[in-house]
Parts: sequence; structure tokens; C-alpha cells
Amino acid sequence: METYQIYSLTSAVLFVIGLGGVFISRHFIKKIIATIIMGGGVFLSFVSFAERDALTFADPVPHALVITGIVVAVASAAFALALARRIYQLTGEESFTKDK
Amino acid sequence: MTDLLTSPYPALLVGLPVLLATLSLFFRTRGKALVGLLGCLLTAGLAIVAFIEVAQHGTVIHILGGWEPPLGIMLRMDSLAAVFIGMTAVVGVFISLYAWQYFRADESGPGEFPLFWPLWLFLWAGLNGLFLSNDLFNLFVTIEVIGICAVALAVLSGKTTAMFAGLRYLLAAITGSMAYLFGVALIYGSTGTLDLGLLGQVLEPGTTTTFALLVITFGLMVKMAGFPFHFWLPPAHSAALAPVSALLSALVVKGAFYILLRLWMEVFGVSITYAAGQLIGLAGAIAVIWGSWQAFMQTSLKLIVAHSSVAQLGYLLMIFPLLILAPGVTADSADWLSPAWTAGIFQVIAHAFAKASFFLSAGLIIMALGHDRIESLRDLVGNMRITAMAIGLAGVSLIGLPPSGGFMAKWMLLKGIFLSGQWWWAPVVLAGSLLTAGYVFMLLRLAFAPAREMGTFKPVPKSLEIVALILALGSFLIVFPADYMIQFLESTGVFGSGIESIVEGGAYGND
Amino acid sequence: METTSVLPLLILVSSLIPGTLILLLREEQVALRTFLNLSGAVAKVGLIAWVFVGYLRGQEYTFFFRLALDLTFSLRVDQLGLFFAALSAVLWLVTTLYAIGYLEGGKHRRRFFAFFSLCVTASTGIALSGNVLTFFIFYEFLTLSTYPLVVHRGTDKAVEAGRTYLWYTIGGGTVLFLGVVGLFVLAGPIYFGQTEIIADLISVYPTQLSILFFILLTGLAVKAAIFPLHGWLPVSMVAPAPVSALLHAVAVVKAGAFGIVRLVYDVYGIGVAEHMNYLNVLAVFAAFTIIYGSLRALFQDDFKKRLAYSTVSQLSYIALGVAIPGVLTSTGAIVHLVHQGIMKITMFFAAGNVAETYGYKNISQLNGIGRRMPFTMGAFTIAAFGMIGLPPVAGFISKWYLGLGAVETGSYWVVFVLLASSALNAAYFLPIVYRAWFYEPEYEVSRLRSSGRLETQALLLIPVVVTGLLSLAAGVFAAAGGSPLSIAREIAEKLYMP
Repeated sequence: METYQIYSLTSAVLFVIGLGGVFISRHFIKKIIATIIMGGGVFLSFVSFAERDALTFADPVPHALVITGIVVAVASAAFALALARRIYQLTGEESFTKDK
Repeated sequence: MTDLLTSPYPALLVGLPVLLATLSLFFRTRGKALVGLLGCLLTAGLAIVAFIEVAQHGTVIHILGGWEPPLGIMLRMDSLAAVFIGMTAVVGVFISLYAWQYFRADESGPGEFPLFWPLWLFLWAGLNGLFLSNDLFNLFVTIEVIGICAVALAVLSGKTTAMFAGLRYLLAAITGSMAYLFGVALIYGSTGTLDLGLLGQVLEPGTTTTFALLVITFGLMVKMAGFPFHFWLPPAHSAALAPVSALLSALVVKGAFYILLRLWMEVFGVSITYAAGQLIGLAGAIAVIWGSWQAFMQTSLKLIVAHSSVAQLGYLLMIFPLLILAPGVTADSADWLSPAWTAGIFQVIAHAFAKASFFLSAGLIIMALGHDRIESLRDLVGNMRITAMAIGLAGVSLIGLPPSGGFMAKWMLLKGIFLSGQWWWAPVVLAGSLLTAGYVFMLLRLAFAPAREMGTFKPVPKSLEIVALILALGSFLIVFPADYMIQFLESTGVFGSGIESIVEGGAYGND
Repeated sequence: METTSVLPLLILVSSLIPGTLILLLREEQVALRTFLNLSGAVAKVGLIAWVFVGYLRGQEYTFFFRLALDLTFSLRVDQLGLFFAALSAVLWLVTTLYAIGYLEGGKHRRRFFAFFSLCVTASTGIALSGNVLTFFIFYEFLTLSTYPLVVHRGTDKAVEAGRTYLWYTIGGGTVLFLGVVGLFVLAGPIYFGQTEIIADLISVYPTQLSILFFILLTGLAVKAAIFPLHGWLPVSMVAPAPVSALLHAVAVVKAGAFGIVRLVYDVYGIGVAEHMNYLNVLAVFAAFTIIYGSLRALFQDDFKKRLAYSTVSQLSYIALGVAIPGVLTSTGAIVHLVHQGIMKITMFFAAGNVAETYGYKNISQLNGIGRRMPFTMGAFTIAAFGMIGLPPVAGFISKWYLGLGAVETGSYWVVFVLLASSALNAAYFLPIVYRAWFYEPEYEVSRLRSSGRLETQALLLIPVVVTGLLSLAAGVFAAAGGSPLSIAREIAEKLYMP
């Protein structure tokens, strides 16, 4: 098995774990972490493709994309955390209940 | 590609709102609003100019900073993009005018929310960027910008319900984007390009492509609240401030639909099967019935309107099965493609106008009453005649009664359904209309019920009522330029094309 | 000679503009509102008279406007449409007068008169539609503009009735929509009178076109109140009397009946409809509705409700006449469009007068009412005799032609239906007449409304007398040129010309 295939598989596994987490968990922070895991999987897959095509040097485009993607993902995650924190401050709740 | 005219407008359409949004951040409350409104007016004007440019010269492109793709970014404005940008501009400018007055109405209004303006301008820039994008990654960035701005707007009121709804919205948006990005990674991995035009030519059918299609479609369905991923929409749209609800329902969800349509038609033609079209159509059909029924069961105005959005978006998904041809049917012989596309475009525009009007009217009712339980509407009608009229007209367009834009959409949809022989969609369209009539008249009948004792009723500014009415009228007036618009859409781009689905063994590119 | 003319459009505009303007007025601007209303009504009658004269001289009036893409809005004056438009215009004028009197001092009159005008716009629009699409547009517009009238009183009962009304009519409209689009896809934009299109296609798509025929028929039958789709009509009785009068005589029910006439005569053509056996189905439903409506009417004590069931029954005469092919039955059907209208509107006016003047809403309260309100009940009696089919009132003419035509074509069962129905009509109308004239009034009551020595307000009295006399005149002068009968006969003869 080539190195990049290991990365690719890992990325898919991470993505699925994250996706499952988003839907299954109720807790705000768990959900947010789940999206971050999804993101990790996605970025890993980009990098793994860069590695695969590497003959002499790695493909630079995926790296550029991943950097942009990470910036965006960090911003989203930060925003989500801020919201979760605010909800906690306002109501004391830290997870979605059935009626909300 | 190089024979297309290069024009500065695509870049300006994104740059100008970003610039003014950033600028407005340096001002205090009132200044923010002023700069913001100015930015909205300028952006709308620019959109109209750009629209005319495309109408005169056909598709125009802009390569940012002279850096050629793949590392640079190319913006491309064809007629489909121009129509979406034009719609955003017209609906957006009315919502902005409303917001300007709405946030200033000191005593009765919800107060001032100066952050509305930069967020809305960033959102607008994101929408314009989305419509103009020509590569998969750029689309990702724009939907993220849109998603974050949309959520920020949705929680602007600071109320707890809005916070909960907003967090749910944000998580759905991130999940959708990540799924989309995963698909992008797979595509890039298998083809080495992100350019939409190029992908349409080089993408080959196979497991990777199919899987990429699957995750991308999933992600975008989540983003556009397509059934069964619609759960986040009603709370988020109903808990937001009135102008925000209008923006979210009328414009934001259309962004994800736009990408979905583009990608299916332009990129993934090779691996889309007839069954896939039927499946997405089925999701749309269920959304139409389920959303309308849910709307019918609600007791507060904004929730009705929000659930109605789920249903109306369902109609958009219902054009997909018509665009994906059964094996053996060629695009040239399929005379229902044009009606189906027309139905989609008109549904998008008519819904944008009608739903914006509906939400803005709901905002006025909340302003007057302090709440939006529907049984209280009866006390208001005598005093808010224009609002009642706006709700009535917007409702008629949503039901699809003639001669509204919604009628045009349903007419074309049914026509496409009959021409294609996929008659099983027809009952859905009709049942949807009936259920829509159910909830619209559930509201309207209160206009005729005798008023009870007045509680605390605050008068609302007439100018706000008029904006809502103009938008409602807009959903009727859009029928008149239909000829021109369809001609324009047919001149460039994907409008009117169909996917010749895979026949065993071989694969055909899209038309 | 066929030229594009704005005249048909003007006929519509003459009520559309007053309607829209009234909506923008304030409640207190009574004089201006009344002026707008009446000038619109008079202008409409005048315009129709003008067009009528022009039409007789061989002038054709058509109006086209391409809405967008393949949707064309078209108005066209033909004899049948003009006939119906004239009925709407004249009865609108009369009913407007009546409504002004009836609603005096009431609430929400602005809204009432606005939608009243819009309703007549829809009704004349239906009459003058040149193609199926335009017909459909006005058909839906009619639903929307009548709804506020039905719920006008705003009571829980009225709102409930409005809900029933809407479910039926929007449902019917939706079904019709399906049919209209289907027809459009198969046969293109059909203009009324182009029966050759379907005649050519029927051999290509026999199944599809047959299904479409029944879909369209179902959509229309809702408004025409054909069993089992009649449920909304008796319920919507809660509306004020002028609304019931207009709804039952002209606007809604006639839109349905007129639509059926158009569908059979001007879209599918009698030849196709007969050949494909569509008409037999229609005939059975119509005949059943005639008897059913009459039977239900027998057991109603509520005055207006009895009239409502009578409408259900009488309307189906039109459908029955359409369903039996032949010049005479067609004449009977077309002329009944008008005859039923003027007779039924008289009855509703009378019922409204009694209710408004003395507060009587039930038939059992009407003892001796004829002595107190001789003119009102006189007009009612004429109309009732007409409904039963006694000569020389208008209703007799319709039944006579229907009966003759049925004998001519050998459909003897129709004669039995007509006779049975007449007997039933007599059974539920004569007791009212008898009670009104020959019973002793039980006790003296004071009038709720009066104007001097007249039995009730002048504005309530004049319309009922006028329409009562009209129903007599339509029968007595049936043979004269220009009478409803002679026009109906002309239309029918043209239909069967090779």
C-alpha cells in the first residue's frame, strides 16, 4: 500500500467519524469538534492527493487550498464556539434538547 | 475561453460590497447604517450595469490580478449568473431600504443593529462571488462566507431562540461545506483541475466521481435545506429579525441551489443517472408536501412563512428529474427542457419576491403587536391594510394563481412534466398548490374576521408597508419581462440543456 | 372583418378600475364610492350595448396581449360570450343598486363594493375570454374576488362557510389547472371555436383527450355545483343577500355552467363530445343533480337555503341541455343561462327584502307576508312560477325547449326528469307562495326598514320589481327579435351548421 493511500483512507475515516458525530451528539462542543474532525479529514485528503502526484515535488495547489480551507474552517469553528459560549451564558444549557 | 470579453464588473461586484462593508466598520452606529445603505444602493446599481453589460456582450470574465487559473481566480458572468445577480440586487435593495427604516423606527422597532449593514454587505459580496465563481474551490469559499454571514445575521437579535437556531444553522452550514469540500478534494484528486468548464470535459465516470457527486450533493442539499435536511431552516429563519429572515429565505438558500444546478448540469453530467434525477425529484416532492403541511399546522406567522420556504424550495428540486433524460432520449428531442428551466428560474425569482414580502410583512406585524400569533392578525387588518394586501398578493403568488410569477413557474413545471411524460409529479404540484392555499387563506380569512378588543397596538411606518407591497407586486410584474429574460438566458450558458443519462456501458457528456 | 380592438378590454376595465379605486378609498367616502360604482356599472352596460350593436353589424372585436412566452391573453367577442356578458352587466347594475340599499350603514362597505366590482370583472372576463388560458385566469380571479364577499359578515359561520367555499373552488381551480396545462401541451393554445383542433387530434390521443375532458369538466363542475361537487353552494348562503343573488344568478355558478358550455361547444365540439360518449356521462350527472337538488330543497325551512338547493337543481338544466345534442336542447341550455339568472336573482332579492324588512329568515315565518309586501312577493311569485315552468314566464321557455329537444332526439327519459323536477319545484315553491298570500299574518310587527309609504326601502324594492318584470318579459316576448330566446336560438343554430 502506497503512503498516499493510507492518508486517503484515513481521511475518509475521519470524515465519516466527524459526520456521524455531528448528527449523533447533542452537546454543542462535541458537535463542533465533530465538524473540526470532518474538516481534518477533508484537508488530509487534499494533502494526500498532492503527495500522490509528487514526482519531484509535491503539487502546490492542494496546499494552497488547504491553507485557505483551514482559515475558513477555523473561523467557522471559532464562531460556533462563541455562539455556544453565549448560549451557555444566557441559558446555562450546553446541548440541544428535543424542543429547541 | 480567451475569446470572452474581459470586463471589470465581475470583480467590482464582489469588491465593492467588501470595500464598503469594511469601510462601514470604522463608523459608529448611524454612520454604519448610512455607509451600509449607500453600499447597498451602489452594489445594486453596479449589478444592473453589469447585467446590461452581459446583455450586450454576452458572457464576460475577469481574471483577478492577472493571475491565470489554476492559482489565480477567474470570475465569469454568464446570463444565468447575471439573472441571479440581478434578482439579488433588486430584492436586496428593497430589503435594505426596509431595514434602514425598520432599524430606525426607535420606539416601536426592535432597536438599532448597526452590525446588520457590514454583515449584509459581506453576504451580498459572497452571493455575487458565488454566482460568478468558475471553479469549485472558489465556490467553497463563497458559500462559507455566505454561511458565516448568514448565521451572524440570524443571531443578530441576541435572543436565546435565535441563538439556538443560529448554532444549529451554523453546524448544518459547516457540515454542508465540509461535505462539499470533501467532494472537491476527490474531484481534484482524480482530475487535477477545479475549473468548471474544464471539468465538464475531462471528468470521467467512475466510483470516485460518483462518490464525489454524492457528497457534494449531500452538502449542498444541507445548505439549501432540501428535504430531509431542512430541519435547521424553520427555526433559523423564523427567529431572525425581519429583514434578515427576508434575506435568508429569499436569497441565501438560492445560492446553494445555484451551485447544485450548475454542478449537476455542467460538471457531473457523466455520472448522473436517470434514477439520481428521480431521487432528487422525490426529495423535492416530499419537501413540497411536508413543508406545506407543516406550514399549515403552525400557529405563528413567521413559522408558517419559514416552513413555506421548505416547500417552495422543494419545487426547485422537482425540475431536476425533468432535466435528466431517460436513457435513449437525446437533448435535442427533449422539448421539455426549456419549460423546466423556465419553471426553475421563475420559481427562484417569484419566490424571492413573494417570500421577502411575506417576511417583511410579518416583521411589521410583530412591530405592531409585539408577537406574531396568527389569531391576533384579525385585530390588525383594519389598521394595516397595505400589509394585509402585501400578504394577500404574496400568498397568491406562492399558491401559483394567475397571473403571478408563481403561476408562471407552476405552469411551466406542469408543462414540462406533461411533455416529458413524467406525469407522476403532477399530483404533487397540485397538492402543493392546495396546501399552500390552505395556509395562505388561513391567514387571509382573519382579515375578514371581526376585530376584538385592541391590545397594545403600535402604528408602523407606512413606508415599510409600501416596501413590502412593492415586493409583493414584484412577484407579479416579473411575468412581463419573461420573454426577454428567457431569450437572454438562452443566449449563453447552460440554460435549456439537459443531461443525457448513462446508457449501459457507455457514457455521454452533457449537452 | 377581424380587427384588434380595445373595446373588450374596456368592458373589463369599466369595473376593474372602480373596484381598484374603491379599495384605496376610505370607508367614509360614501358618495365618491357610490359614484364610482354606479358609473362603472352604467358604463359597462353602455359598452356592451355598443359592442352588441357593432357585432350585429358584422364587426368582430378581438384583443390580444402576449403575457409572456407561450401565454397569450385574449379577449374575443362572440355571440355566446356577449350574451353572458350582457347578463352579467345588467344584473350587476341592478344588484349594485340593491346592495347600496341593502348595506346602508353596514360595516366594511368599502371592501364589499371593491370586491363586488372585481367579481363582476372576473365574470365578464370569463364571458369575453378568447382562449382557454384567459378563461382560466378569470376563473381563478373569480374565486379570489368572491371569497371576501362570502365571508363579508365576518361571523364564525361566515368564516366557516368561506373555508368550505375555498376548498371547493380552489380545489376545482387546481383540477382545472391540470386540465388546462394538459390541453395546452397536447393541443396548443386553443381559442374558443377552434373545435377542429381537437377533432383532428382525437384519433391520435383518444385516451389522453378523454381524460382531459373529464378533468376539465370536474374543475368546471365545482362552480356549476353539479352533484357531488355542489356542497359549497348551500353553505355559502350566509353571505349578504346581494352576494347570494349575484353568486347564484350570475357570477360563480354561471361561470361554471358557461365553462361547460364552452368546453363542449367551443373546445371539444359537439361532434367529438357526442362521438366519444362524454355527453352521456354529463347527462346522467346533470339529471341526477336536478332531482337531488329539488329533493333537498323540499326539506329546507331556511328561505335562502331552499333557494340555494333550488339553484343546484336549476343549474343542471344547463348542463343537461348541453349534454343532449340538438338545436332545441342547446337553445334551451343557452337561454336558461339568462332565464335562470333573472329569475333566481329576483327570488334572492325578495328573500333579502323580507329578511331586511321584517327579519324573517325562515319560510315558516312568512304567513301573509304578501299582503305586507305585495310588490316584493309579487315579483317572487312570478319568478317561482317561472321556476316551476308555468307559461308565460321565462322558465317555461327553457323547459319547453329542453323537453322538445329531448323528444326530438328520442331521449324520453329527459322528459321524465323535467316533469319530475317541475313537480318538485312546484312542491317547494308553491307552499311559499300560498303561505305568503293566503295565510293570515299571525301578529303585527314593526318594520326594520322603510321609506315612506313603500313596503320597504326604494333601493331594495326597485331591483326586485325590475328583475321580476324582466323574467316575465323574457317569457312573454320570447318570440320577438332580440329576446334571449331568439339570440340563444341563433347561437344554437350556428353550432349545428355544417
